[in-house]
Amino acid sequence: MSISREDIEKVAVLARIKVDDEQVSALEKDLGNILDLVDQLSAADTDNVEPMAHPLNATQRLRPDVVTETNQREAFQAIAPATEDGLYLVPKVIE
Amino acid sequence: MHNKSVAELSRELESGKISSVELTQQFLDRLKREDGKYNSFITISNEQALAEAKAADAIRAAGKATVWTGVPFAHKDIFCTNGIRTTCGSRMLDNFVPPYDATVTENFKAVGAVCLGKTNMDEFAMGSSNESSFYGAVTNPWGLSKGEKRVPGGSSGGSAAAVAARLVPAATGTDTGGSIRQPAALCGITGLKPTYGRVSRYGMIAFASSLDQGGPMARTAEDAALMMNVMAGFDPKDSTCIDREVPDYTATLNEPLKGLKIGLPKEYFSEQLSPAMEEQVRNAVREYEKLGATVKEVSLPNAKLAIAAYYVIAPAEASANLSRFDGARYGYRCENPKDLMDMYTRTRAEGFGNEVKRRILVGSYALSAGYFDAYYLKAQKVRRLIQQDFINAFKDVDVLMSPVSPSPAFVQGEKTTDPVTMYLEDVFTIAINLAGIPAMSVPAGFVDGLPVGLQIIGDYFSEARLLNAAHQFQQVTDWHQREPQ
Amino acid sequence: MQWDIVIGLEIHVQLATKTKIFSGSSTAFGAEPNTQANAVDLAMPGTLPVPNEQAFRYAVMFGLATNSEIGRRSVFERKNYFYPDLPKGYQTTQLAQPIVGPGHIDIDLSDGTTKRVRIHHAHLEEDAGKSLHDDYHGMSGIDLNRAGTPLIEVVTEPDMNSAEEAVAFAKKLHGIVTSLGICDGDMSQGSMRFDVNISLKPKGSETLGTRTETKNLNSFRFMEQAIAHEVERQMDILEDGGKIIQETRLYNGDRDESRSMRSKEEANDYRYFPCPDLLPVEIDDTFIEDARARLPELPDARRARFKEQYGLNDYDAGILSADANLAGFFEETVEHGKDAKLAANWIQGEFSARLNAEDKSVIDSPISGAQLGALVVRIADNTVSSAGAKKVFEALWSGEGDDVDAIIESNGLKQVSDTGALESMVDEVLTGMPDQVAQYQSEDDPKKRKKMLGGFMGPLMKASKGQGNPKLFNEILVRKLGG
Repeated sequence: MSISREDIEKVAVLARIKVDDEQVSALEKDLGNILDLVDQLSAADTDNVEPMAHPLNATQRLRPDVVTETNQREAFQAIAPATEDGLYLVPKVIE
Repeated sequence: MHNKSVAELSRELESGKISSVELTQQFLDRLKREDGKYNSFITISNEQALAEAKAADAIRAAGKATVWTGVPFAHKDIFCTNGIRTTCGSRMLDNFVPPYDATVTENFKAVGAVCLGKTNMDEFAMGSSNESSFYGAVTNPWGLSKGEKRVPGGSSGGSAAAVAARLVPAATGTDTGGSIRQPAALCGITGLKPTYGRVSRYGMIAFASSLDQGGPMARTAEDAALMMNVMAGFDPKDSTCIDREVPDYTATLNEPLKGLKIGLPKEYFSEQLSPAMEEQVRNAVREYEKLGATVKEVSLPNAKLAIAAYYVIAPAEASANLSRFDGARYGYRCENPKDLMDMYTRTRAEGFGNEVKRRILVGSYALSAGYFDAYYLKAQKVRRLIQQDFINAFKDVDVLMSPVSPSPAFVQGEKTTDPVTMYLEDVFTIAINLAGIPAMSVPAGFVDGLPVGLQIIGDYFSEARLLNAAHQFQQVTDWHQREPQ
Repeated sequence: MQWDIVIGLEIHVQLATKTKIFSGSSTAFGAEPNTQANAVDLAMPGTLPVPNEQAFRYAVMFGLATNSEIGRRSVFERKNYFYPDLPKGYQTTQLAQPIVGPGHIDIDLSDGTTKRVRIHHAHLEEDAGKSLHDDYHGMSGIDLNRAGTPLIEVVTEPDMNSAEEAVAFAKKLHGIVTSLGICDGDMSQGSMRFDVNISLKPKGSETLGTRTETKNLNSFRFMEQAIAHEVERQMDILEDGGKIIQETRLYNGDRDESRSMRSKEEANDYRYFPCPDLLPVEIDDTFIEDARARLPELPDARRARFKEQYGLNDYDAGILSADANLAGFFEETVEHGKDAKLAANWIQGEFSARLNAEDKSVIDSPISGAQLGALVVRIADNTVSSAGAKKVFEALWSGEGDDVDAIIESNGLKQVSDTGALESMVDEVLTGMPDQVAQYQSEDDPKKRKKMLGGFMGPLMKASKGQGNPKLFNEILVRKLGG
């Protein structure tokens, strides 16, 4: 199955990856090839097959509601691109 | 010393012939001298390694040494190491020094092992040739003598090349679709992908959460067993880690193989495999027959769908796993973002390489409205069919044996033009990750002077049996002892 | 044209767990920015979620209290979108298999009827952090302390047909979650946030109209106003022959206006899929029975008890039992004040009026139930008049004093109940008002006479410097004036 330029541009916005026209052309070919490979799936008979999200048939363990963490803001913010007054700074958020 | 195994180095340290500081210094010197040829390390943690070695010597002097105390090794640069840069092979994390350890990292620290540094890898573990690393391609030590620059496989290509080149006796790896086994095979070393949930994923940077599994890469099965004794075990910080007793993997290495029932999946001896490769694999299986094993052909009828299912599931999970790399809290941020959207889209466009971006886009597409059922849900159903094939096969046999890769190490650049060509490299390994079962790659011969790996696949939590089978094979063969010139 | 209003609610209820839903970070309110955001909350590479048992216990308690099915197997999914307050780039939530299935809540309406509102489901999810819009050199500041705080999102069927019904439901829900102790109910801090889905259809029509969603209303009053505003807006459009656009709107309570948030909706495709870092959560009978055993008294049961135990009428019992905090305040007041009816009157009167006027909730009250109880005692034993009691209340509220008796003492609010002293005051006043006395005595209508008595009270209170016991003055007056 092929993928249109429009679909690539749409999905690039969803994934927040900037792509220029030239890249879209390359992606059209590469993603098209990948989707051709993936299209083999459609041939499989999967009627009455339960989807498998996990390899093991295990269930979730739950954690007791006990505070185990201490303040490590300094260590985390030492590796942040921009902080001030303990806040992470990002370009203006407009609601 | 550089030619010795973990077990041998441990005995040297125990005998007092050498201290860990001396040993570590020797390895560091050699690493710095030799790695220019391979580019197998991203970061050499000189100071920390020597500090760890010093601490190890003190522990040994206090009589509290373990097998691992003072033994050098390396981590794939996907495991977070407190205070040591952890890049995942990406520009996105070029400046990332985590203030925390992965559980696997903690485990090695706890036994006193000495980490020499972080090995090169495909960016975010996405690749089968180690050519997608931001830090440049890794060169396979095999073939170099003929002037050929061949790939070491991927994504754990740095670990595989470093172990093969005797820069470290052992290194950690991770395997999402073959990323331990295929580079192990291409570099002529021993690698194990454990059962999903056997080794904690906490602090191991996620590619595809339901497929990723850390495991050992070493020259011998015995060393792999020693690594598994450190790596395996329950971790309350990983919800998908299984709370199940961990055996001493070295305890059963010498069990006889008489009566071992081996299945050969006919789908894995197909036209994709060159006759020369097939011959090596069949020779290896004959060695097992000599050791008392029986062999029969089995079928994995849905195995042919594994690559297709994988290239939906893995990118889908990755597309969400990699959303956290947004330039807001750590890692790369583009210069002078003009607004929020610009920060996101340029940070991610500039911080990620092409293969990573392709997979994020494919994954996002497969999950998007209108395609979810046809791609993601369908792939999950096929995944169940693939798992069922293995469950059925293990009703009749104890282990499955197959090739690891369709061909030996190829020349750099040979498969980079079309991503799909590269994806087919994992045709024999990928189904194992989808099922979540363990599998090993064991050196089993050479084709044109390049190593060939034998894949031994086991049922859930059968790592001890796989290591036993590999170890017994290594008692009667010397493929794993061969050293690249 | 006559229109039917159709309303459905989505309510985010912040759970009062000690730690976050997927990490051991504290959820305590008011900490310095990002001091309660650990590696998992910050989505540091390689970190993984482990769910909080208490969040599940609270969700199950909510399900049991709302006659809902419990999801024996619930699954977390990832809802993918980028926003600076969402560190992972996806919200971990539940979609196809939520923890709480269909159920219902019955609400009481002002006309005395009861209405059943169906709950579609309630799911567990993580809260986001906060974007602070103060200007940091043209940048926004992000505080991730709230990121990962557990929420249940309660989704109703579109069963409500007026603002009154929606508010009644919201209040009932507030009463249930605060009674359960699973939420502190502090709406001013965002512990409960309402999204309102509204559509109109021609009266009697079966087909639902296009709906809009008004997001993030954090008080009952705003909710009522927002509904009225949106109903009017839609009605205007429809009656002009226009069409309603399905969209998310933001209501500004201070200006009573709303605007479209179309920008946020732009090309949204959340690409939900099961979170591969988490396994399905299985809830067994033991867990459910344990949660059931922890269920405290709920508003309906409490209402019945208040009638029985305190002799309250249905109306008073209904109001005082609805909210756990108010009910607790009432019971504390009675414990110290003995007279339940008097306590009920004061809480519904002066106390509620002051809370409303200052937009405070019960837990923010500067007065404790014990203090109000002490005041009730002094009202009941005639130590203070009701006018004096109001002054005491004022002093307590403003923090001028904290001991009722001391306030009475220092402000000279103690009533004079010495009959001898009061009698002489009455004699003196009556002597000074001969015309009014004569007028009174010539009046036959008992109603008018009663009214005329009031004419003497003013001078009497003045004579007693406001400290005479009005009840006693009244008795003496009646006796002295004859019949």
